[in-house]
Amino acid sequence: MTKLSSLISGIIFGLGLTISGMVNPEKVLGFLNIFDAWDPSLILVMIGAILIFSPLHFIFKRKSRPIFAKNFFVPSNKDIDNKLIIGAIMFGVGWGLVGFCPGPAISAISFLNTSVYLFVLFMFFGFYLGNFFINKNEPNKV
Amino acid sequence: MNIINFTPVSAFVGGSLIGFAAFLFFAFNGRIAGVCSIASGAINKSENRFDNILFLLGLIIGPIIYSFSGKEIESVLTNSIPLLIIGGLLVGAGTKIGNGCTSGHGVCGVSRFSLRSIIATITFIITGVITVLIFGI
Repeated sequence: MTKLSSLISGIIFGLGLTISGMVNPEKVLGFLNIFDAWDPSLILVMIGAILIFSPLHFIFKRKSRPIFAKNFFVPSNKDIDNKLIIGAIMFGVGWGLVGFCPGPAISAISFLNTSVYLFVLFMFFGFYLGNFFINKNEPNKV
Repeated sequence: MNIINFTPVSAFVGGSLIGFAAFLFFAFNGRIAGVCSIASGAINKSENRFDNILFLLGLIIGPIIYSFSGKEIESVLTNSIPLLIIGGLLVGAGTKIGNGCTSGHGVCGVSRFSLRSIIATITFIITGVITVLIFGI
């Protein structure tokens, strides 16, 4: 049953990315272009998402377990380490160069555009390289 | 600075749907809807691999359903091939090493008041702004 809820969550997430215009790299770059011609829309996308997710998730978290899965999988890592900062900087540069983050890039596969495919292909290769880097530095941690 | 192309209503409505989708994924699957983790979990032999693949399939279906409404979806991507490759590698490796992206840290992590996610979000937004400042749109 977790498969059905995964698919439905993905579809609603993809609809949200489309309606908000986040599947358009030009619009995302317009948000990052604060010092010139600024499109503040992305801030409202985040505020809308946080206003819904935050309270609902805090209320639901009090339950003993999720509806389909056996337990909650919530990140327990609290370390503010170099990996967090270096990763966020690398992501920020890639995001600023192209205007895509992982969600919108995958939704944009539906537009049948070879540039999108190229980006997504190398993004997945990047996951692989990132994983390699993490394992090399901390072979004992997964 | 001047403000252009601001679409507050569609941004807020779309954002709310994203938040609702993240809540469904949390309530039913008990997981955080960070697309980078879901995507990298789809290529690894993780136990939720098939869930991850279906979530990604949903992300692709979302815009297709929207297009049935007859409205056109705008998406402009003008980068050169080398830039697409470098951008893809940086986004992939960066979100893997930093353990999250706009959805994982920016939406879900900030919602959970995770200091780690708040710092990551501020870092990638500032870096993105500087990148656009240097390289232009």
